[in-house]
Amino acid sequence: MKQMSEAGVLRKVIGASSLGTMIEWYDFYIFGMLAKTISTEFFPEGNSTAALLSTLAIFAAGFIVRPFGALFFGRLGDLLGRKSTFLLTLVLMGGSTFLIGLVPGYQTIGIAAPLIVLLLRLLQGLALGGEYGGAATYVAEHAPPGKRGFYTSWIQTTATLGLFLALGVIMVVKMNMSDQRFNAEWGGWRYPFWFSIILVVVSVYIRLKMEESPLFARLKSEGKVAKNPLRESFRKKANFKMVLLALFGAAMGQGVIWYTGQFYAQSFLETKVALNFEQSRSILLWAILLATPFFIVFGWLSDRIGRKWIMLAGMLLGILTYRPIFNTLLNDAGTDQWKTELSNSKVQKESKLLANTSDSLIHTITHIEVANGAKYIKEQTDTLKVATGTISEGKPLIKDKVLPRPVYWKFVGLVFLLIFYVTMVYGPIAAFLVELFPVHIRYTSMSLPYHIGNGVFGGLVPFIGVLLQTTFTTDPLVGLWYPIGIAALSFAIGLIYLSNKIDKDVTD
Amino acid sequence: MNSIRKILGVVWLLLGPVVIYFLIAGAIHNVDPNGKKDINNPVIWVIIITIFLPIAIGLMIFGWYALKGEYSRNTSDR
Repeated sequence: MKQMSEAGVLRKVIGASSLGTMIEWYDFYIFGMLAKTISTEFFPEGNSTAALLSTLAIFAAGFIVRPFGALFFGRLGDLLGRKSTFLLTLVLMGGSTFLIGLVPGYQTIGIAAPLIVLLLRLLQGLALGGEYGGAATYVAEHAPPGKRGFYTSWIQTTATLGLFLALGVIMVVKMNMSDQRFNAEWGGWRYPFWFSIILVVVSVYIRLKMEESPLFARLKSEGKVAKNPLRESFRKKANFKMVLLALFGAAMGQGVIWYTGQFYAQSFLETKVALNFEQSRSILLWAILLATPFFIVFGWLSDRIGRKWIMLAGMLLGILTYRPIFNTLLNDAGTDQWKTELSNSKVQKESKLLANTSDSLIHTITHIEVANGAKYIKEQTDTLKVATGTISEGKPLIKDKVLPRPVYWKFVGLVFLLIFYVTMVYGPIAAFLVELFPVHIRYTSMSLPYHIGNGVFGGLVPFIGVLLQTTFTTDPLVGLWYPIGIAALSFAIGLIYLSNKIDKDVTD
Repeated sequence: MNSIRKILGVVWLLLGPVVIYFLIAGAIHNVDPNGKKDINNPVIWVIIITIFLPIAIGLMIFGWYALKGEYSRNTSDR
């Protein structure tokens, strides 16, 4: 009977922690996914102050505030307790998200709009920095020895499930209204933000009923709580060297694999492959759905064979196969190969004369339906030179591609592989980080490398991608060298310096 | 293996300044007030260099610790 109730408590602990963490990820992602609409609404082009605030909202939240949140809430969690701290981060995150959905646009309240949105976005970053370490520590400190990887792997599913939920909610709202209604000042783009409050209220209610982590409660009753967790984490060599090892030997590589497998893949399908909105999102949704169980599988496996080799294998697979996988995504959706089948295709052309000066622009939109089921739109703007009567052809722009079914499922398989690597590096990492640090400074010590690895190293994938693309213009896959290089460095450090030993006792 | 751990410490120690050099060189080369891409935006470079500076120093400290044998292990610790 006692055993049953313990199992029940553990289920509640995992459920309450995972639900809240998933909601925090959902809240954080919807802002990024709706960045284009938010930018039009709050940060209009041509206003330099708004442009600066927009840059800060996008970059400062992930790069600076997230690690700062890890330190701030990590310290609180080691001083006051895990439960109250990660309850606070949830309220802060949910409240900020809901309020973003209520801020009137720039056209209504002027510069106050981007200022308020920036402030709320920074609060989101701060809250996210504090949530994960608390949830992972809380679950790990409840888990019995030998099952820590398995139990914390449920927390590890939440970042991907949060992404899944954010993609799903935005897709459902967008598919049920016109683009005009979705992008209006009080349009559909605000619904995902409002929806968050329902999720947060439910999650806060559940978390309020939870007890403090037994290890922290014991520490507190014995008067052994750290007096200054920041000083102990980063001033004591024995702890600080493990913080550095966790960052460079694991979290850094895990961060870029995570980001490339999910965000970069999505952006690549939309911008480089030029798939239409529905297919690019649904490919990712299918891949996430199929890959998510492997977080649990690898968490469970890490309890048996150790954390190190699973994480390093995930990094190595990414290093070796990223370029072939992304190359296949690019080539298999290339329109050149469909030219042979164009004889059976439907082609619909619309041409417009755009300007009537000395030279005229002819804008042509061609809707092409290939016999194999593929569709795409080709846009081209040619210049009619009045003086010579000749036409100077513009560069065609291919967009809104719809893949034939077999290619679509092949793409689902390839993106599944990318997320499968994510499950390998990410599934065991919570248990790995928890075991690296002593109980009295665990929240602080594990949060910082995690958020630098994911927020900074992972978050830089698109920026460095553009940087490399601008320098080396001929290779469309050149942006991948950043995640490959960082993963390789982390792999080398992890291989040489990490131990595969599982620390059975996390009570010390 | 412990000697490899120590020797490679030099690599990590040197990698820190290299990272800082490339970031500053990247900023100087790409910042352009008339550019429209993120990589042309000086604010972003300031944020990235600010956050990477302590990380690069961290990598150097990691290298120093490695060189000093802080990460050396007994053969029983796999």
